[in-house]
Order: sequence, then structure tokens, then C-alpha cells
Amino acid sequence: MSSTTASTAVFAHLLGNPWLRFAARRLGQLLVSVWVLVTGAFLMIHLIPGDPVRAALGNTAPVELVEARREALGLNNPLWQQYADYLRHLFSGDFGTSMLSGMPVSQVIGDRLPATAELAVLAFALAVVVSIPLGLAMAVLTRGGRRRPVELAFTSGSVLLAVVPEFLVAVGLVYVFSVELGWAPVAMRQGASSYVLPVLALSLGPASVLARIVRVETLAVLQAEYIRTARAKRLPDRRVYLRHALPNALTATITVGGLLLGGMVAGTVLAENVFAWPGLGSTIVSSILAKDYPVVQAVVLVYGLGVLLVNLVVDVALALLDPRSTIRES
Amino acid sequence: MTSRARWAGVLRTPVGAAAAVLLGAVLLLAVLAPLLWGGRADEVDTARILQPASAQHWAGTDNLGRDIFFRVLVATRTSVQLALLATALGVAVGLLLGTAPLLLGPRLGRLVTAAVNIAVAFPGLLLALSFAVIFGAGASGAVPAIGLAIAPGFARLTQTLSATVAGRDFVAAARIAGVGRFRVLLRHVLPNIAEPLLVNATMAAGGSLLAFAGLSFLGLGVQAPGYDWGRLLGEGLNGIYLNPAAALVPGVAVVLAGLAFNLVGEAAAKAVGPRTPTGTVRGDSFEDGPPAPVDRTGQSEAVLVVEDLKVSFGTVTPVRGVGFTLRRGEAVGIVGESGSGKSLTALAVAQLIEQPGRVAARRLDFLGDDLLRTPPRARPRLLGTSLAMVFQDPTTSFNPVQRIGRQLAEVAEQHLGDRRGPALARAVDRLRAVRIPGAARRARQFPHEFSGGMRQRAMIGMGLMGEPKLIIADEPTTALDVTVQRQVLALLAAVRAADDVAMLLISHDIGVVEQVCDRVLVMYAGRIVEDLPAAQLRDGARHPYTRALLGAVPDLATDRDQPLVVIPGRPADPAAPPPGCAFAPRCPLADDHCVRADPALLDDGLGGRVACWHAGELPEPVRAGAAVLSAATEGEGR
Repeated sequence: MSSTTASTAVFAHLLGNPWLRFAARRLGQLLVSVWVLVTGAFLMIHLIPGDPVRAALGNTAPVELVEARREALGLNNPLWQQYADYLRHLFSGDFGTSMLSGMPVSQVIGDRLPATAELAVLAFALAVVVSIPLGLAMAVLTRGGRRRPVELAFTSGSVLLAVVPEFLVAVGLVYVFSVELGWAPVAMRQGASSYVLPVLALSLGPASVLARIVRVETLAVLQAEYIRTARAKRLPDRRVYLRHALPNALTATITVGGLLLGGMVAGTVLAENVFAWPGLGSTIVSSILAKDYPVVQAVVLVYGLGVLLVNLVVDVALALLDPRSTIRES
Repeated sequence: MTSRARWAGVLRTPVGAAAAVLLGAVLLLAVLAPLLWGGRADEVDTARILQPASAQHWAGTDNLGRDIFFRVLVATRTSVQLALLATALGVAVGLLLGTAPLLLGPRLGRLVTAAVNIAVAFPGLLLALSFAVIFGAGASGAVPAIGLAIAPGFARLTQTLSATVAGRDFVAAARIAGVGRFRVLLRHVLPNIAEPLLVNATMAAGGSLLAFAGLSFLGLGVQAPGYDWGRLLGEGLNGIYLNPAAALVPGVAVVLAGLAFNLVGEAAAKAVGPRTPTGTVRGDSFEDGPPAPVDRTGQSEAVLVVEDLKVSFGTVTPVRGVGFTLRRGEAVGIVGESGSGKSLTALAVAQLIEQPGRVAARRLDFLGDDLLRTPPRARPRLLGTSLAMVFQDPTTSFNPVQRIGRQLAEVAEQHLGDRRGPALARAVDRLRAVRIPGAARRARQFPHEFSGGMRQRAMIGMGLMGEPKLIIADEPTTALDVTVQRQVLALLAAVRAADDVAMLLISHDIGVVEQVCDRVLVMYAGRIVEDLPAAQLRDGARHPYTRALLGAVPDLATDRDQPLVVIPGRPADPAAPPPGCAFAPRCPLADDHCVRADPALLDDGLGGRVACWHAGELPEPVRAGAAVLSAATEGEGR
């Protein structure tokens, strides 16, 4: 009896902690998203019109081979059983076998994932490191209608960069830096210099959009009354901008820009194909073309998880940065 | 503005016009290019394969000797057509999903909303790739893939927009009138959200054009022998060393077309959305009014001396020559209606007016230092330690993401050279001084954990981090409820008494000023119209505006059967101050002379100053004991 009340009290106490409530709710949200993702990846194969095995092996393949392959993939079982098997295999880390190479898909992923992850993380970091100081500086320089020409140059430049997709940026970079100047290799992943162009191609667009958001948010924050308070304390400009304006602008920026960073995970697909980067992006394209469905399924799953992970990081960062965070409360 | 006029307005902006021309050219090319150059684009010439750009072949030739430049032109149709098809599909599906909550009712609608929210979290490209697996590589697979990939975003937008419209009165009225869900949607909701949806569909078309180029580039879109820009780009990239033009020309085409759609969309969004004023007016000349009279009483122990202070924003000058002196320990109140320039005066004195605002004064001395001529380097320390500011709304005056203690300690770190620890200790001590219970614990809290009154006390505490000689309080109690108001005023009084601190109190509440201050400055249209001891306010006010202000304050003796007294007319427009007395249009005493000539603020020999041609006169007809009332209510048709 007393232990029940004690545990209820502990439970109530835990519920009262906003951080635990946030963690519980966010975890629930993540689990639902993962479930939707896994189910989507499973259904993807079953929504393909016709027989995916026949499509993969071609029209000339003997009926026995197709039948044997169907049996091996479990495609003759009832749908619910296939779903259960799929989930069970996923939990044991078994992503199936490539229909083309016969290699375990988990091995393909293991080989290819690091290259993609490197690219994504570097691009992600570059975009953040470039956009925040740039956006802040632009906001400070152009606040209250100062320096119109600078503002015009920045906004039109960033709009242009934002609208050009990463694979076109990549082609442009290859043309300028590899073909014309010969500074960087055209393709492949060999040595540090081969990282420069893919990372640039992937991060330029998001960086310019982020910088624009940082600028707009900073301009809004600079109008806030607490900035006037900070000025009334006669703090040096540097401190007003970095300590008072920036943290507030960042929370708003992360809210708006979070999805953008998730989009970079998918952006690797195009960048990798321009630079023949040996990552998941080139794998998924060749697998789709070769109708190697187990590999496609697994890569989609990995990309989806990557996106969910980025979204989680964004939400946690937001909750940490902003004590009033609506994310934690709502 | 009608919607047609607004869309026409898009064309009048330079960007909008350029984008519209570009978009028109792209669409025209899509229609005409295959008719005009279809033959040349498919002309195989095995003698000239993979040639670099030349006068004959502007972008070189491909592996069958076909002219790449003409292929790019002809590919416009395929590229634009497929992009528009995918957009149409995406918009249709998005509309269906987005309006589902309205059509299916709350329960099913919530399910759809949740599904859309999860789908929105995944990047469009990933969705498009997944759908491309299902529909297979090729144009017929890529159209639904891209269409379905943009659908969730569009659904989300439709949901939010329709939710706001569906909550409005006219939709509720239609529902009550028994109009069916479908009809409500078609007749009442969709027409009201059509414009933003159209704008976003335009931008989505640009997006799907780029996405389609991406898929074709990857080999998942248009298949040979068909070709679009993406495919040409992919083919050209392989030979980028031999012939860069083969990759760059289709790339440029994609960018131009994508830009055309996006810019038209953005220009339209600006035209359709709420208008924000652009550009600030700049003007350099201050208006020349009569010079403000100089108040030289007791300047020896003056904390603040202001002479002929002007604040201007471009050609508008909301503060037009204000002069006053604050002695040590003295409390002066500035009263006036909104827009009279009282807050700007306070901010100008505190050197907190930001560009494009400009401050000028014949004299602006604080503790004997001329603020307008002190080198900027020396100013922060003086102002940071000796001048305390208290603002109107304590909710927004604290930085929401910093702990209260840090925000106070900052002052000591910055100006007194304290280290982190001692600065924070001082902050706790100051919080205690402004009677915040549990100061040490409170210092570690964020502003949103404080109540309004506590925040304002903490704000005063922040001013006490240095050793203030002057507190400028701009409407410090307006945002607080009445009991808390009294506490804050009492605290300000205690702070002043303890260290002989002067105070400049800005308020629209003449009662508060009368209660707290020694002297009252009445401002109207950017000028001081009367300056008198607070004790004389009730009986000794000589300016009709001051009397009208007093008359507009209800008290226990006010007849509650009568409508509340207001000052008739509207405050003067700061953009166009009249040549004569600014109050004349609303003044019961005004005559022709008042309209023509501006009265100067003159010493009345009784310890006050007043700017009025009829100072002290009573309006006609004089009703015993109700002079003020009749002045204030004239024109109300009584």
C-alpha cells in the first residue's frame, strides 16, 4: 500500500518535470514516425504493379527461377506474415539479400553509409558555421534601412543560390574549379581535396537560405524591447548582438530552418551522383534502375532514419536553447 | 484593393515584371520550340559527334552528332509540361488532403492531419525517390512521384489556411444556416484562400521543374529517346572536360525557368500578402519653431539639463524643441496623450534613439557632461552606472533566454569591472533591495517565471546595479494591475528617498504623476505646453489642455449618469504641425491669433511656465465649478 503511494508520488513527480514530459512525448513521436517509415518501406515493394521479382529478373528469366526467388524472399506468404517477418528481421539487423549481387544488404549499407554520413555531417556543419555569422552580420549592417546596396546584393545573391538545386551548383563548381582552374578533382573520394566540392555543392543552397532566415530573425529581434534594455545597460554592441540578439534569433531560426537541414540528408543523393561519390546516394539510384528492391528498401529506411534523427536533434537543441520553448510545453 | 489590381501590381515592381517576362518567354518557347526546331534537334550527323561548342553548334554536339543547343530549346516543352503535370497532381492531392479535416469531420480529419504532419517531416526528394520505386523509372513514373512528393507540403498549407478561414464568423454563419460541408468548402473557404494557394502553386511549379530535372539527371525521369533538360544535363556532365557547354547550357535553362516560376511566385506573394512599408524617408532639415525658452533655475545642482531638444524621423519631427531641468532628488513627470512625444523625449535623453531617428539639442547635459559632445567612448560607463531605465512592459523588457541574475550581473561586469561571482552576488543583493523574496533562488530563474510586478521590480533592481543619479521610468506601471502599480510606485519612491535620486516619470496617467512627482511637464504635439508644481496641478493649471486632461480623469465625485468626459478632436498630426498653437483646433479658448501664431513657453512668475495666448482664462460661458468640464465636453452635442 505504502509502496504504491510512494511509486505514485514518484510518478507524479516525474510527470511534473517538464524535461521528462518532453522526453516522453518526443520519444513517442519518434516511435510513431519510425513505425510509419518502416511500414512505408515494407509497403513500397508491395505497391509495385506486377511482380517485382519478374521485373527484376527480366522477361527472359525461367519461371522456376522467378518462383524460387519469390519463395526465398517470402513473397508467397500472406501479407501479414511477410510484415511480421520483415519487422523481426529488422530487429535482428537483417535487411535481406541484394537480388543482384547476392550480398547481405546490411553489408552494402555498412560499406556505403560512412561516405554519405561524412558528406552530410560536413555539409551540415559548414552550412551552420557559414550562415549564422553571415546572417547576423548582414542583419547588423542593414538594420533600420542602413546600407541598401549591401542588403540588395545579399538578398538577391542568396535567393539565386537558394533556387539553384544542389546538383546544378555541383555542375557549376566542377566546371569552374575542376575544368577551368584544375584545383579540385572532378569526382571520386580520394583525399581531403575531393571533399571540397561535394561539401560545398551540398551546403551552399541551405547555407544561403539559413543566412537569410538568420538575418530576418535577427532584424526582428533587434526591434525587441529587451534589446533596448540591453542598450540601456550600455553594453558594447558586440555583447548586445552576440549575447542578447543571437540566442533569441537562433531559436526562431532553428524552428524555421530545421526542415531544411533534414532536406540536406536527401540532398546527398544528387551530390553523390554528380561526384561519383561511393555512398548510399549512388547506391539507391543504381538499385532503383536495376530493380534491386531489398537494397532500395533498406537505403530508403536509412535515409528516413537520418532525417528523423536530424529532426530530433533540432527539437532537442530548441528545447535547450529556449527556456520557454513551446516545443517542451505543447 | 481588388485581387486583379493586386496581381497587376506584381507587374509594376521591377522584379515582378522581369520574372513575368521571363516566365512568358519560357512558356512561349515551350509551345514554339518543338515546332520551329524539332527537326534540327533530332538531326543525326555521325560525321560530327561530340564536338565542342563552335559557331555552327553553339553548345556542341552529342554522341550522335545532334546539336545540343537546339535540343535544349526543344526540351523546354517536355520539361515544362512534365513539371506542370506533376504540380497539378500534387496540388490536387494536397487540396484533398488539406481540406479533409473540413469534409470528413474532426475524427478522421485528425488522422489525415497526423499523417500529413509525419509526411512533411521527410524531404520531398526522399519521397519522390520512394514513389519512383513504386511507379518505376520513366516520365510516367516520375510525374506521380514528384506530384505526391509535393502534396504533403501543400496539404499542410491548405490545412492551416482553411483552418483560419473556417474559424471566421461568415463560415460559422453558413454552417448554422445549414449549408453542406462541400458547399461551405467550395463557396466560402476555397475562394478565401485561393490567392495564397495560387502563389504557392506557382512556386511549387518551379520546385517540381527543378525536381524533375534532378530525377531525369539521375536517370529516373525521362528515358531515351525522349529528353528533357535534366537528361541533357546528365549526358553533358560525362563530357564536361571536352565540352562544358553541353552540361552548362541545359543547367542554365533549368535555373532560368526555375527562377522565373519562383520569382513570379515571390513577387505575387509580396503583392498578395500584408504590405510592409519599404524605404525610409530621409530629410535633413529640422523644422524651425520658436526656440524653446531656457530654464536656468538652479543649474548648479542639476542632474539633467535639456535645451531645445528635437527628435526627428525623416521629415517628421515628433519632438519639437523641449527644454527642462532636473535637480538632484527631484521627481518630474511628463504627461500627455499618446503621440505627444513624451516617450521619445525620455528615450532621447537616455541616448536610446536609433537610426533612422535623429536627436538634436542646444544642450543635453547629464551630471555636468554634455552628452551630445562627450566622446562616445566615455559615455557608456557614465550612463551605464548613473542612469537607470525602467520601461513600460516588464514582460518584453527582459531577455527571455537569459536568467534574471545574469541580466543584472552583466551591468556590474561591464561597468564596474566585477568578476562573474561578485557581480552575481551584487545582483542577488539588488534583487533583495527591491524586495524580491528568495532573491538567490529567483536570480537563477528566467523572466517568464516571474510575475509582472516582480519583473518590474527586478527591472528597477537592474537600474540599481550601478549608483543611479537619475531614473527614467517610461510608463512603468501601465502594464501592471492596480495593487501592483502601487507597490512599484512605492518602491520607486523608496529608492529615490534612500539616495536622493532624481526621476523622470513618463505617464499618460495624470493621477500617478500628481501623486509621485514634484513637478509636472505637460506635453502636446512635441512641445511642453505647461510646466508647474504638482501641488498646483488641481487649482493652478493655466493651460486649457492641462485642464482638459484633468477634467478627463474620473473621480468619486464624477456624475455617473453622464458620459465620461473626453477631449474632443484628435491630437495634432506630427507630420504636419500647424503654424499656430497645435492645440488650437481642440481648444475652447482659441481665436484667430492662436491659429496664426505659436505661443512660446514663458515663465509665469509663479514657479511655472506656460505656452498659451489665453493662459489662465476661463472659457465662455463660465459655469460655476464646471469650467473644465464644459471645455472638455464641448462639441459632444450636449
